[in-house]
Amino acid sequence: MDEYKSGSNLEKILRAGHFAFTGECGPPKGANVDHLKKKFAHLKGMVDAVNITDNQTAVVRMSSLAASHLLVHEGMEPNFQMVCRDRNRLAITSDILGAHALGIRNMLCLSGDHQSFGNHTQAKNVHDIDSMQLIRLVTNMRDKGRFMNDEEIDVPPRLFVGAACNPFADPFEYRVYRLANKITAGADFIQTQCIFNMEKFRTFMHQAVDMGLTEKCFILAGVTPMKNLGMANFMAKFVPGMDIPDALKKRLKGVEKAKQAEEGICFALEQIEEFKQMEGVAGVHLMAIEWEHKVPEIAERAGVLPRPKV
Amino acid sequence: MIVADRKSLEEILAMVQEKHKILIVGCRGCVTVCNVGGEKEVEILEASINLARKTSDQPIEIETVTIERQCDNEYVAQLKEGINTYDAVVSLACGVGPQFLSEAYPDQLFFPGVNTTFFGGAVSHGVWEERCQGCGTCIIHHFDGLCPVARCAKSLLHGPCGGSSDGLCEVSKETLCIWDMIVKKKMEQGRLNDLLTVMEAKDWRSARDGGPRRSIREELIP
Ligand code: SF4
Ligand code: SF4
Repeated sequence: MDEYKSGSNLEKILRAGHFAFTGECGPPKGANVDHLKKKFAHLKGMVDAVNITDNQTAVVRMSSLAASHLLVHEGMEPNFQMVCRDRNRLAITSDILGAHALGIRNMLCLSGDHQSFGNHTQAKNVHDIDSMQLIRLVTNMRDKGRFMNDEEIDVPPRLFVGAACNPFADPFEYRVYRLANKITAGADFIQTQCIFNMEKFRTFMHQAVDMGLTEKCFILAGVTPMKNLGMANFMAKFVPGMDIPDALKKRLKGVEKAKQAEEGICFALEQIEEFKQMEGVAGVHLMAIEWEHKVPEIAERAGVLPRPKV
Repeated sequence: MIVADRKSLEEILAMVQEKHKILIVGCRGCVTVCNVGGEKEVEILEASINLARKTSDQPIEIETVTIERQCDNEYVAQLKEGINTYDAVVSLACGVGPQFLSEAYPDQLFFPGVNTTFFGGAVSHGVWEERCQGCGTCIIHHFDGLCPVARCAKSLLHGPCGGSSDGLCEVSKETLCIWDMIVKKKMEQGRLNDLLTVMEAKDWRSARDGGPRRSIREELIP
């Protein structure tokens, strides 16, 4: 086996051929470290790495870099998310160097939701580079030891580089090509947007396998357990790029309110079962949004515990 | 052309609140074409200010004039006569106009009567849309003549992002996703391969980011 790119736990798990299981945690809307640590505790030992979101949905929160660092302190592994909305190439580059210096070894490259969704709608959006170019920037820093301006880096940062992919955005026929492009840009792994429309995802994965993409990159399928019907309706309406089939809404509606959470978890577990078998899927990325305390139960019932050690 | 919207009457009234004698200057350039700062709109604004000031018992004296172009010193010079006899001047040209006027007549106060919005054109009667943001290095030959710099809400050079839905941009149901248009055109015309590369990051020095810009044409300099 070649040398590891960053030697992160996530990289080792994937390279060893284990079915990866990653989690997610949103930093607080404040400097409440205690609360953040409590959320981390739910995820400890349950997942291979924890995505630390970066001002997700353009709502301002504690920086993903700082929160990722706090996670390292807890002896856990972050997947440091970075959006192009809030930083130009200078800030991006220095944060990447800082991330490496703070012991962060995974990074996820994103464009970022438009600021009109968030709580600082008057902000200027940066978008100096886009997510594709961000992947290129960070992998060139790592592999060539060069900044974007081609200057040499004194101790290049080593990060395992991920990218997002939303198979449910339009035009559908182009989505697999955009994925291919992210892999060309240098993505080591992909975490997909939350999947609810399994039919469409199966088609998408077929295309990805046919194009040989799953040979070049690890694809983790995004799973979000629905807490209730209200959440499904909210996401369908307000979260960009969500595809929530009526059948799922019907299924949630079909049980009384108190049991909707269990129904949502059951659906997620069925999905995970299918992903374990699905050709080309290398793992699951579980986004239990503000539901971190449910992760141990879900991981247990999904049969992904204990997490392998490599 | 440069597109603009009229500022609200309230805002203009607030600018001229303490003034007793003003001049409104229109422009026969872009703002006439987009129906915001030509002769007709100058008259409308004059009437509206007059009425509002009369109603509030603070009558005002207003004179009007519309010149060929406020972005051209040759025409701006036509205003020389009597320009300093007003308490203030409201320009209905794009943001360039009141600045050329301010520079030509430093003793006078010039107020903008419009909000300059974008470079674009009318897509149907009464509807204008942005097409260009003057980034200084045009790259739309890569995108079949469509501009993601100005027309993608995130200026992505590799779209569409995960928020593109049904041909619309994630920012609003009224905004087309330009990347949806680019991709569909490429696919229909068998040029998808054009998109399967990673483009160099854009050099923003030629855009506003490099500081205020200047165009010099040696052959025209006497
Ligand atoms: S690439 Fe630049 S110059 Fe060309 S249309 Fe777009 S914004 Fe205008
Ligand atoms: S939806 Fe389309 S136009 Fe809007 S930000 Fe995304 S790629 Fe750009």
